Amino acid sequence: MQGLTTHDLACIRGERAVFAGLNIAVNPGRALLLSGANGSGKSSLLRVLAGLLPAAEGRIEWEGTDIAEDPDAHRARVAYVGHMDPLKLSMTATENLAFWARLYGMEPETEAALHQFSIAALGDVPARYLSAGQKRRLNLARLAIGQNSPAGPSLWLLDEPATGLDPGAVSMLANSILAHLSSEGVAIVSTHGGRLDELLDGHADRFSISAGAP
Amino acid sequence: MIGLALIVRRELKLAFRGGTDAVIAVVFFVLAAVLFPFGVGTDPQMLPRIGGGIIWVVALLAAMLSLERMFASDHEDGSLDLLYLSPVPLGTLALGKALAHWLTTGILLLIAAPVLALLYNLPGTAIGALAASMLLGTPVLSLVGGIGAALTLGARRGGVLLALLILPLYIPVLIFGAGAIDGAVAGRPIGPQLMVLGGFLLAALALAPWATAAALRQAIE
Repeated sequence: MQGLTTHDLACIRGERAVFAGLNIAVNPGRALLLSGANGSGKSSLLRVLAGLLPAAEGRIEWEGTDIAEDPDAHRARVAYVGHMDPLKLSMTATENLAFWARLYGMEPETEAALHQFSIAALGDVPARYLSAGQKRRLNLARLAIGQNSPAGPSLWLLDEPATGLDPGAVSMLANSILAHLSSEGVAIVSTHGGRLDELLDGHADRFSISAGAP
Repeated sequence: MIGLALIVRRELKLAFRGGTDAVIAVVFFVLAAVLFPFGVGTDPQMLPRIGGGIIWVVALLAAMLSLERMFASDHEDGSLDLLYLSPVPLGTLALGKALAHWLTTGILLLIAAPVLALLYNLPGTAIGALAASMLLGTPVLSLVGGIGAALTLGARRGGVLLALLILPLYIPVLIFGAGAIDGAVAGRPIGPQLMVLGGFLLAALALAPWATAAALRQAIE
């Protein structure tokens, strides 16, 4: 078995079971589009897959090996984009991006990454003055940094990445995801439909969480 | 090591650009210490006796002021998730944050303390004892405070809770820090107190980042 698979995965938040008995399989070079109503557990699933939340039951395998055997190796292969944009408002776009690149042991080639999301002109602007969409682009530029470095992450976990993006930026994001897939990467993307779904069509499988949980 | 340097540099950059935040602690420290003589009187015999204790108590409270924000902004904007997923261990993050807190708060307290000592009419030897005890003691405040800052992440009224959690843990530092100054005022040797403070510092260096990392792990979940 290749890529990412889960076996009877369950997640409990508070006292409530968010999902249980979840079996998904994503092959290298494919994306999985997660859908489901608000609160159905898309974000929790992505956090469990990233290793941010512990799974209550079941196991997650990467290329046939349980990720619990080597959590450090799993974290090294994950690129996670959550709901929030982890930017420091008093630092410039370049500084924000370069910090994350260096912390993850990657070359801080911010110019190319910012260019990939058409915000190269904003490199010296403090994040405080960026619009919500521009902040999101800056957050997504982290993906480009990983993409351009030799040992970049192979598993992208994107939690509603298109939120706040204009159609042009959604295309840029889709192109990044497609380039990632073409180099045998795996992407799991939660969405509520829309343009990103259409652009990834043909490269993506769909999974509805509410239908998957008993 | 590279991770530690990156984190400290980022924190210092944010502290300098944050402007007033770093200065507030030291301004509070000076103001609060200056207030005491107005309340208790200015008897030049009494001030040196109570000065050491007052300066240390006020230093504890001043160090607490900026603790609450140590991890809060990273928790609120999702940075903590990415810090956790990075190859840099959480323990290193905790150590880096405590070090940055000390560099932006503890050092300023250390610089301001001898000036306050003059206001309290402390003799020269006691000023030396004050500086030495604060040099050893203030890093403990930052390291132990980090545990409280991590534990109260996401809690409502976290600042109050933080004070309730952390102030009792500061008591040993207060006892030996103020004890060193009292000893110097009375002409006794202060070596033992400083050695105990040094021991606290070593223990905090070894244990606090580890405990902070465990608390951060809880906050991420």
